Amino acid sequence: MIDYWPLAGIALVIIGFALRFNPLLVVAVAGIVTGLLGQMPFLKVLGTLGHGFNENRYVSIIYIVLPVIGLLERYGLQQRARSLIANMRGATTGRLLVVYLGFRQITAALGLVSVAGHAQTVRPLVAPMAVAAAEKQHGKLDDDTAEYVKAMSAATDNVGVFFGEDIFLAIASILLIQGSLASFGIHLTPFQLSVWAIPSAICAFAIHGTRLLLLDRRLGRGK
Amino acid sequence: MINLHWLYVLAGVVFASFALGSLRDGTNPKRLGNVAFWSLLTISFWFGDFLGDIGNGLLVLVLVAIAGSHLIGRGSRESTSVEQRESFSRRYGNKLFLPALVIPFTAFVGTLLFSYTPLKATGLIDPKAVTLVLLGCGVIIAFVISYAWLRPPAFSAIDEGSRLSNSIGWAMVLPQMLASLGVIFAAAGVGTTIGALVSAIIPEGSILLAVLLYAFGMVLFTMIMGNAFAAFPVMAAAIGIPILIHADGGNPAVVGAVGMLAGFCGTLMTPMAANFNIVPAALLELRNQYGVIKAQVPTALAMLLANIVILYVAGFRL
Repeated sequence: MIDYWPLAGIALVIIGFALRFNPLLVVAVAGIVTGLLGQMPFLKVLGTLGHGFNENRYVSIIYIVLPVIGLLERYGLQQRARSLIANMRGATTGRLLVVYLGFRQITAALGLVSVAGHAQTVRPLVAPMAVAAAEKQHGKLDDDTAEYVKAMSAATDNVGVFFGEDIFLAIASILLIQGSLASFGIHLTPFQLSVWAIPSAICAFAIHGTRLLLLDRRLGRGK
Repeated sequence: MINLHWLYVLAGVVFASFALGSLRDGTNPKRLGNVAFWSLLTISFWFGDFLGDIGNGLLVLVLVAIAGSHLIGRGSRESTSVEQRESFSRRYGNKLFLPALVIPFTAFVGTLLFSYTPLKATGLIDPKAVTLVLLGCGVIIAFVISYAWLRPPAFSAIDEGSRLSNSIGWAMVLPQMLASLGVIFAAAGVGTTIGALVSAIIPEGSILLAVLLYAFGMVLFTMIMGNAFAAFPVMAAAIGIPILIHADGGNPAVVGAVGMLAGFCGTLMTPMAANFNIVPAALLELRNQYGVIKAQVPTALAMLLANIVILYVAGFRL
């Protein structure tokens, strides 16, 4: 007999997100309800919530870059990023983002995931450059197109990291795969696993890269 | 040894500066809510390890109450106008990139220098946190360079940092909240239930159907949990190991590695992976908070297909 009650929390999350309640509130309520339905006493649920929050503080360390980035923006960093691209011959949104995709995949494959990211590079540099390149090609962008170009800049960062990092031997996900299989008596080295991340990495570069170059054609048509 | 805790002290300083900067912003009618929010996060970074699990749980509830009852706002204070920024940008030229690039450069070169030279043996930096620690060093160097070179008003970094942090707002702690939701889900047995459900519908005798169930199971469970790490052990135990590897004789390295990558396709499509999908939308000030996800869905679906083909061909046909 399967106990379906713990799944109620998942339903709450989906409903809460769909109705656009504040996500922090949705997640907290879903967590507490799930814990209580899973027969945990309230204080245990509260403690688990607090423990998980405290253990995962490292996720939020990256925001230490914000004061410096904000300071440089005050002195025109985004404007500078735009004019650099505007004066570069042959620079298009697609080509620029393909280069960034490759850079992210290669550095992630070397284990250097946090050298770039949404706060450090996408907001101050990559997104303004992508928008500037699009404006050079297309003229002034309407709001929807500008928003899409920015969203594609963030998407390119994610795709690059996700389909690059597993080539690195000592990344958490490879160690997790190794550990999960080892607990069932299947012993593999990180190298055996990370080799099999390479075909997907190549596919990701081809697939996302193609989408980026198609974006150029779409932007070029508007002129 | 320099470890994550040093970074937590630094992060606490930065979050305290967000609180101070918010307090200084008279144009934000809800500024006291912002001050309370960032102050609680400062406490979390500085004293989280001394509060105990229940204490941290209460801190989380207060954070949620502040955000959930819309007590956080944004100011309309302009630091410099667009025209001023254009003229600064012309005056300082491409040198403006240098402080920004110091941060990734320090992290990149520093990590390589530390990891592949005898420096590693000195034990100066915790090997598990090398890149983050060096990123922190890069931030400090960039900060010093910027102040020495640009000579901004003393409070600029505080005001500008809080301007950015308040534009992200509550979304900044969503990733941490989702991580603790994952811990509760695991403790309440969500993984066991999903594993049992999947095991109950395993198709007999068709390798392709089992591969599809494994890949789609990874995607769906990853979308629910917000990361593939929580999904992988469950799906591996339910299908990957007993069916794909043992019963059907699949290559274990392929089943493990590509199964995880199928899960990453789910990460690209879910608001639960807030740090990748929701926070950037806030950082880039997109009107649609799901804009980044929308941009990623076509790549994610194509990559899912690619991973299924790799899983099937390399896992069972080579």
